[in-house]
Amino acid sequence: MQYLLLIYQSEAEMEKLGEAATKTLHADYMAFTQQIVQAGHFKAGDALQRTSTATTVRVRNGKTMTTDGPFAETREQLAGYYLIEAKDLDQAVTIAERVPSAKYGSIEVRPIRVFT
Amino acid sequence: MSAGAIEPVFRSEAGRVLATLIRLVGDFELAEEGLQDAFAAALEQWPVAGVPASPRAWLVNVGRHKAIDRLRRQILRRAKRGELEAEAAVAAQVSPGDETGDGFGDDMLRLIFSCCHPALAPEAQVALTLRAVCGLPTPAVARAFLVGEETMAQRLVRAKQKIRHAKIPYATPEPDRLDERIDGVLAVIYLVFTEGYASTSGAELMREELAIEAIRLARLLDRLLPDRPAVRGLLALMLLNHARRRARATPAGDIVLLEDQDRGLWDRQEIAEGLLLVDEVLRRPGRPSSYAVQAAIAALHARAPRHDATDWPQIVGLYEVLLRIHPTPVVELNHAVAVSMVDGPARALDLLDALAARGALSSYHLLPAVRADVLRRLGRRDEARAAYRAALALAKLDPERRLLERRLEELG
Repeated sequence: MQYLLLIYQSEAEMEKLGEAATKTLHADYMAFTQQIVQAGHFKAGDALQRTSTATTVRVRNGKTMTTDGPFAETREQLAGYYLIEAKDLDQAVTIAERVPSAKYGSIEVRPIRVFT
Repeated sequence: MSAGAIEPVFRSEAGRVLATLIRLVGDFELAEEGLQDAFAAALEQWPVAGVPASPRAWLVNVGRHKAIDRLRRQILRRAKRGELEAEAAVAAQVSPGDETGDGFGDDMLRLIFSCCHPALAPEAQVALTLRAVCGLPTPAVARAFLVGEETMAQRLVRAKQKIRHAKIPYATPEPDRLDERIDGVLAVIYLVFTEGYASTSGAELMREELAIEAIRLARLLDRLLPDRPAVRGLLALMLLNHARRRARATPAGDIVLLEDQDRGLWDRQEIAEGLLLVDEVLRRPGRPSSYAVQAAIAALHARAPRHDATDWPQIVGLYEVLLRIHPTPVVELNHAVAVSMVDGPARALDLLDALAARGALSSYHLLPAVRADVLRRLGRRDEARAAYRAALALAKLDPERRLLERRLEELG
């Protein structure tokens, strides 16, 4: 069973974190990623550039509309993701709670849809 | 045996049979369908052939075969559509497992923990528990929560879909998670009870069926997890409250406050059981659960032969324990009531005003209602009237409104 862990956090809050805390966070991410790779849970994962670099695309009546920024203004923004393999939701949650950003923002756990 | 005599067997076995079927067929909805098929078969066969020696084992066995038939038909349909899948899929999905004996307790626990999984919305947890564990039909669950049958059916379908799609495990939690998960289950049971014991809206003060289901669930959980004091504490608390049910309202449905209740109407058998349980739980080492402390408070009320013989100082002490281990605005409110009985209404008014100043319980009618009572006792009639009116504006239940109106009339 695969789950996508969507990492949401407030970009504004994270900016105020300070150099030392940011460094620790990066080190925590390195360690966490290594752990889940070794345990066989890691399928993929990336960090994203901030939402100010985002472009939103819509096609309406055959016409493409391109706008600056994310689709919706929210308190927390998508900052990255992991695609993991877990035996069930409980295991996925125990992995999600170890994502370093869980202490600052929130981790949305979404099962991957399988088409049969 | 008539259909009418078979119905109670279904009601008492539904939860256990479903719990085992889910383990055997590995899918909540398929197991439910198998259970319905088994009930239908029983209604046909039992009146003729007699009730089997073990109705539960019979229902599990038939339900399992019916579920396998359904699974087989599903796979055949898919195969016909060109999505060829091996018949072996059936065998893979249906584990042999034991169908009788000791497995039932474990299956029941698995079912309870799945239904009360924190990944499900609280209202879905409650609905699923009543439907699957208690075996209440969907219309009854809908009635219990004053929503339409269609809405409740949708809620149940969505919950079961989440169980399947997100793969909420059908399992007892890992030991390091067990306590917090038990807390979640107890919260569901207590929600069912309070909804039954003191409905949050509507015309009736109590919905007896829900309170009884909650007690039944707690008894079951206490049997399955005898070493968890919080479970027994909750069971004791519910029994001691439920014991007062006949004295809490007049036949016309008006509220009778604790001080005016005919204590002869209290259910002595439930009180005796509740007292035994609470004494046992409080003797255990370690910090008591908040349920046990609340039960200890209810026990002091139950032990008092008359209202003016209540041991209020000890009740104040217990509320202070509760304020340390489980501080909530409602506990603060109850603490203030107890303080008014020991230190007088002026001291209680200070506590109530502090609570209101923090903006806590701003939509809870009992805060202005208690404040009004305290003001009345202090002889501050105008302020008391204003507070009763504020309470009246917030009260949702008809009997509560009638009580507040009576109080206003008494003030003149």
